[in-house]
Amino acid sequence: MRAGYYGDYGGRFVPEILHATFEELTGAFEAARVDPGFWAEYRAVMGEYSGRPTPLTYAGNLTRHLGGARIYVKREDLNHTGAHKANNVMGQGLLARRMGKSRVIAETGAGQHGVATATMAARFGFRCTIYMGEKDVQRQRPNVFWMEQLGAEVVPVQSGGRILKDAINEAFRDWVSHMEDTHYVLGTACGPHPFPAMVVWFQSIIGEEARLQILEREGRPPDRVYACVGGGSNALGIFSGFLDDPVELVGAEAGGRGLETGLHAARLASARGVPGVAQGYKTYFLQDPDGQMLETHSVAAGLDYIGVSPILADLYERGRVRFDAVTDDEVVEALSLTVRTEGLIPALESAHAFALAFREIPRFPEDAVVIINQSGRGDKDIFTVADALGDLKWRDFIRRKAEGYRA
Amino acid sequence: MLETLLRQRLEEKDLLVMAHLVAGYPSFPEGLRLIEAMVAAGVDMVEIQIPFSEPLADGPVIARANQKALERGATVGQCLDFAAEAAQAFDIPFLVMTYYNIPYRYGLEAFAEALRARGLKGAILPDLPVEEGSACFGALRRRGLSPIVLFSPLTSPERMRTLAGAADGFVYCVARKGVTGAVTCFDNGLAAYLTRCREATRLPLAVGFGLKDREDIGFLRGRAEIAVVGSELMRCMERGGPEDARRFLEELR
Repeated sequence: MRAGYYGDYGGRFVPEILHATFEELTGAFEAARVDPGFWAEYRAVMGEYSGRPTPLTYAGNLTRHLGGARIYVKREDLNHTGAHKANNVMGQGLLARRMGKSRVIAETGAGQHGVATATMAARFGFRCTIYMGEKDVQRQRPNVFWMEQLGAEVVPVQSGGRILKDAINEAFRDWVSHMEDTHYVLGTACGPHPFPAMVVWFQSIIGEEARLQILEREGRPPDRVYACVGGGSNALGIFSGFLDDPVELVGAEAGGRGLETGLHAARLASARGVPGVAQGYKTYFLQDPDGQMLETHSVAAGLDYIGVSPILADLYERGRVRFDAVTDDEVVEALSLTVRTEGLIPALESAHAFALAFREIPRFPEDAVVIINQSGRGDKDIFTVADALGDLKWRDFIRRKAEGYRA
Repeated sequence: MLETLLRQRLEEKDLLVMAHLVAGYPSFPEGLRLIEAMVAAGVDMVEIQIPFSEPLADGPVIARANQKALERGATVGQCLDFAAEAAQAFDIPFLVMTYYNIPYRYGLEAFAEALRARGLKGAILPDLPVEEGSACFGALRRRGLSPIVLFSPLTSPERMRTLAGAADGFVYCVARKGVTGAVTCFDNGLAAYLTRCREATRLPLAVGFGLKDREDIGFLRGRAEIAVVGSELMRCMERGGPEDARRFLEELR
């Protein structure tokens, strides 16, 4: 197997100018990976600063309501900055410091990765620039606000569809001009080698903890693990703990307005994604017959992405991970149910995992056990969710607030 | 073969000019008028970019042209036919520049065959490193087409020699870090880099990224064989159509 390949997927398709940078990064990552001191430092930072280990919460009310398997929720929302993104970002921050970099850049869709990167930069003293599609800047203003307060420069990307993939292109363009002092903190398990391996390594802390926690609670691994899949970092993080167990691993993709409408981001579940090479790696992309990437849609900005981790593409082909899609409507419904029955507020991204689990759990025997990865918390989505629910009191509040600013 | 054509041309001129345009931008007919103006201004070779939705190595001017061409419905088939029309109408070498996903989806052998059948001389694929490129490079070479290899200022001398082993036609030396269309310093650093390039290969050297005036071209004389103009040419074309592009190219000489 060639380095950086997972079956037929992965690789490193970058302009020659980035060759030396990727060699440097790969070297630093390989050295850190075999250095027990590095992982110990990483765990210490995650414990002291991010609040790990995150709990595994038994969702008794949902379990009774759905009448199937016992449901556990892995609480990545309780990480500092509110999502699993912290795991990857703090790890890459430690690596960037080891490489002597003074500046970090990142792309962000929903904004969680941007906030996490800006937080890490503030903590480690890096200068920080965040690229974000203009469309995502519009729908995720609270996260933009915090990135700026944290001292990051947020650059709205006007090119392409003005979403996550365009922010990635722009971050690469920045990197090719500033690689001596800059590390690109790629946000998910995609991109050129070694990013997929590196991001999954840092995110594997989710699966490592979840496995220990479920063994302690149930005395055995779960029957199924559900996670949402944009790029795939939270999914691979939790799945990696159970790859060697007889556990069914299920990825929930963004079905958007329905697979038949074409307005979705379901690369694998729709059977519309086909292998291709873009953004520096080979995987399944939503693309037209000419190889041009298609526009994607999801109510969750973080899932609105054309590609999927090459590691997941391989696990999909090998039948190790099953993929299905849920629609925006199902997601909002699942979110409401989770909020009302458990007092948990998953991010719209994570709510995809809940929605798919809820669809399937009633058919499970009662002694079955499932884990749902709550990759992030939902308060960032208040505007989107309030709109989706048509909440009149919220609308009234925003109207009054706007009038207050006008006066 | 491309190298032979270039060597013949270099017997008459000490520095050749390769111009860049994006197929389908602003439109196919305007593109042909632009090529006509380029040829009239003495351009020696043209790289026709097949637009891609994720043009990672391109700066804002060319990235926007890619996007506009696609919004206006340009397909790969139309772009190839456009290139064929140009190659038939003008007696200079035409190359295709695009990103790897385009030939990959088209089928590597079919794509190479399409270039050969249309009279094109080679392909520049900036996101296809030689480590990943053997199938594509082989498909091109078997048809007498040149896969163009790129050097960058950060390419080590050892790596330059490795890349040179896979190179054909000429070597494209990226003048600086960064994407197309930003400022390049034509200074001692660039001169030393071009010396390293020269030591690594006997193929003609083309220098691109950031060329914008006569002084830049003057700097390259004696240091390289081909000057590549892209973004600045496109800016001129956007300002005043093919006529301005022609004036710009004539002033370069």
